[in-house]
Amino acid sequence: MTLTQRDELRAYAHHATDARVNVELETEGMTLNIGPQHPATHGTLRIVAKLDGEQVIAAEPITGYMHRGYEKLVEVRTWPQINTLVNRIDWVGSFSNEVPFILACEQLMEIEAPPRARAIRTILFELARIANLVLFAGDMALQLGAQTAAMYAFRDREYVLNLLESASGGRFHPNFDRIGGLKDDLPKGWIDDTRAALVKIREFCDEMDLLVTGNEIFEARTRGVGIIPADVALSYGLSGANLRASGIDWDLRRDGGISGLAYDDVDWKVWTHPDGDCFARYWVRLQEIREAAHITEQLLDKLPAGPIMAKVPRIVKVPAGEAYVETENPLGAMGFYVISAGDLGPFRVKIRTPSFNNISVASWVMRGVYVPDIVTILASLYFILGDIDR
Amino acid sequence: MSSADAPAPEATAVEPEAEPTDDIRSGLLATLELELGEAIVESHLKPGIGLWVRVTTEAWNDAAVAARDKLGCTFFDFLSGIDWMPSPFGRYEVADIDTEVSLAEKVAAARAADRISGYAGGDTRFQVFARVVNVTAHHDVVLKCDVPEDTLTVPTWSRTYAGSNWHEREACEMFGIRFDGHPDLRKLYLPGEFEGHPLRKDFPLLSRVVKPWPGIVDVEPMPGEVAADGDAAEEEVDG
Amino acid sequence: MRVFAELSYWQQTTLRSVGVLLAVLLPAGAFVQLFLFKLVSFMHNRLGPNEAGPKGSLQLLAEVGKSLQKEDIVPEKADRVLFKMAPYLVVASVLLVYAAVPFGPDAWFTNLDVGIFYILAVSSISVIGILIAGWASANKYSLLGGLRAAGQLIAYELPMVLAVVGVVIQAGTLNLQGIVGAQANGEIFGFGGLGNPFVLTQFIGLAVFMIAMQAELTQTPFDMPVAESELVAGYMTEYSGLRFLLFFIGEFASAGAFAAVAATLFLGGWYLPGLSLTADYMNVVGPLVLFGKMLVLGFIVFWVRFTFPRLREDQLQRFAWTVLIPISLLNILATATLKVVF
Repeated sequence: MTLTQRDELRAYAHHATDARVNVELETEGMTLNIGPQHPATHGTLRIVAKLDGEQVIAAEPITGYMHRGYEKLVEVRTWPQINTLVNRIDWVGSFSNEVPFILACEQLMEIEAPPRARAIRTILFELARIANLVLFAGDMALQLGAQTAAMYAFRDREYVLNLLESASGGRFHPNFDRIGGLKDDLPKGWIDDTRAALVKIREFCDEMDLLVTGNEIFEARTRGVGIIPADVALSYGLSGANLRASGIDWDLRRDGGISGLAYDDVDWKVWTHPDGDCFARYWVRLQEIREAAHITEQLLDKLPAGPIMAKVPRIVKVPAGEAYVETENPLGAMGFYVISAGDLGPFRVKIRTPSFNNISVASWVMRGVYVPDIVTILASLYFILGDIDR
Repeated sequence: MSSADAPAPEATAVEPEAEPTDDIRSGLLATLELELGEAIVESHLKPGIGLWVRVTTEAWNDAAVAARDKLGCTFFDFLSGIDWMPSPFGRYEVADIDTEVSLAEKVAAARAADRISGYAGGDTRFQVFARVVNVTAHHDVVLKCDVPEDTLTVPTWSRTYAGSNWHEREACEMFGIRFDGHPDLRKLYLPGEFEGHPLRKDFPLLSRVVKPWPGIVDVEPMPGEVAADGDAAEEEVDG
Repeated sequence: MRVFAELSYWQQTTLRSVGVLLAVLLPAGAFVQLFLFKLVSFMHNRLGPNEAGPKGSLQLLAEVGKSLQKEDIVPEKADRVLFKMAPYLVVASVLLVYAAVPFGPDAWFTNLDVGIFYILAVSSISVIGILIAGWASANKYSLLGGLRAAGQLIAYELPMVLAVVGVVIQAGTLNLQGIVGAQANGEIFGFGGLGNPFVLTQFIGLAVFMIAMQAELTQTPFDMPVAESELVAGYMTEYSGLRFLLFFIGEFASAGAFAAVAATLFLGGWYLPGLSLTADYMNVVGPLVLFGKMLVLGFIVFWVRFTFPRLREDQLQRFAWTVLIPISLLNILATATLKVVF
């Protein structure tokens, strides 16, 4: 490669970074541009809303302000290195991102993690869910103007983050899951700490019930707002609590037939709500926090002994083939479609992120609502920007 | 990609020991075959794991309708594309900067090289694949179709599954695959003037080209080792 | 106060100006420090300001100093004159409110015969300031915020006036000193030891007044004009430095002003049972008593603010027109009837 070519490429890369600022904006009537920097988008999502007074005629989410091209980046990495990368997709519930990818690799390699690793994986998965959904509950209240609940959420999420940190070393990005098992066993005293933290989490849920759930204003703001009927939800591929809030009893933890996680060993319940509005989505998620605490406690009770790592070659080569594994992440169904050519790294990975589908329904559901409802709907659909943009 | 061109019954037979039957998925396949007939080019069934069905380009949307109405797969999971060309740049293991072969030559070489193909086979460089799920009966199917090399156009799904709108926009900007009948194929992630299709294999990952990174080496050298390994470090700085 | 009357006009004027400034800034400062810094931190379960001065007591000064240092930015497309004027209008309306509030038997700035009428009139001037700020900022969020504020303040002016009417009927005067006196000299079924603070008879009026006040102050649950998660501070979005500080003072000073008015109307004003109504020492004790009552009411305002989510604009209007106004009308009817009967 010659010098000029290199300069050309540099200029090209430069151009590419510059160009993403200028997306043509239609100006017809009163167009309100919400974001990319806006408190309600907690990240860099942009909503272009056409307003008639306070009523939204049309709203369209515009993404791409944080697109990192993970699908391209994973193609130049080796299998173990990808773990670090996928951690950053949904950064609030990081550990749960690793799991579907690792499971897809395990499916192709036809190895299975030992029972202890599966149980710990599930525990950490549920803790990540708690960390994520606790923040959701606080954020939902904050977006509606109730600041106190948000502070409580940050306070109580800390307990879970501390647990993740003491187990893996990373508060936000554990990078703990490995093909064939886990990086380490749990540290001493962790199980008791977890039990104590789960008590706090339950208290938080009760507090939210007292402070937010029954509040007339909260109900007035969320009930009947942003209704997504079941058929629309399915057709847009909404997943997770968004789908269950529309009355569809579909949870990959129970229905996914995933062998690498230990959900079948415990007794738990899938929560659904028939309404499909913002309140339903909030309510389902709040119940899921409790359910996650319930699952974790049961798993802690019967944590099997044994190794935490299956026999895996030092240099991981995944046999050629295709595998798709989808797990029930805090945000919804997250899947990795892994195509391997039998190499040191994947040939192609399609990352199916829940927020991408969840937020694509926004323009459908925001038609005809009021400006404040945009915020309510966005908060209740619950997206993490990294999960939309990848 | 083992037995890439093997038709479904054979693929089932190839599976080692342990009763390779999967009644549900065979049933799904039979239903689809009944519905689509000749349009199914190939299929691949992994008992207990999944079902891959490749249909002709023309029948791409018909397959979606059939899956939705006949199989009850009302849940749209995802849709995306694959570029089956082997990567001209490998994993950028070598510092590309100092090699004599230009990017264009590498791409030409990769184009000429043998393509692989995945489950349910494939005849073209690009393929579109999508997954739909039945959330009540808990079964799913991965549908694939070839993208004709000359037009790079396949029928859209956006009237069958509303959610595929964004997925098709993404596939369009990332692979340059056009979706016939899509209401609005604007770019989703990339800025408006962006040229090229980043997820194509011949689109170089610029950060790696400009600054090579020993990505294949898993372990970072300790500070002491760097001093001992001074030559390599110097070369990198040079590049 | 005989001393005061002997001063020359300019001396009186100076003293009055200083007095009004104190009356505006002291409660505003106290509300910010006590409620916005300390109370909210306690409620949120966090530390709050604790570095500046002992227990963070100088945080307020630090905040003021910070705001003063900041650049006074005027957006390019803003209407410069109006943009710069708006914060002063808002603060001015608060100053005008305090002008008619009595702090003691002789400690008042003006003793208007139609005091409460005057207060309700000037307190709505701030709407104009907010509307101007929203419009002149050349920002869509500000515009929406300003319009919301206008709609909301007009809607809640009415229940507020109607809530006051009950008090006026019972006291038989529009003069605030007269209302204080009526409460101090009132009797509860022949027992005059406590006076008769109107909170006992006009509790519906007080409730309506407090709700309307919450809305006038644009505090949660009625903070749509500034809703930071939707409109990113609404009409204040484009303001910085001193002008933002003025809005901020205006917000908290008017919280103090409304609390003072509510305390005067419903809680007996500067009078406390057992104290003299005419003695000179009340000119010193009276303001403190009133301030104490303001803190109680202010606490309620901020307690509600930090607990509740916010309503939507249409729900707010519906609440005002279908709930508050009928209730306060019924309250007037009942008060008038009982007034005639007894």
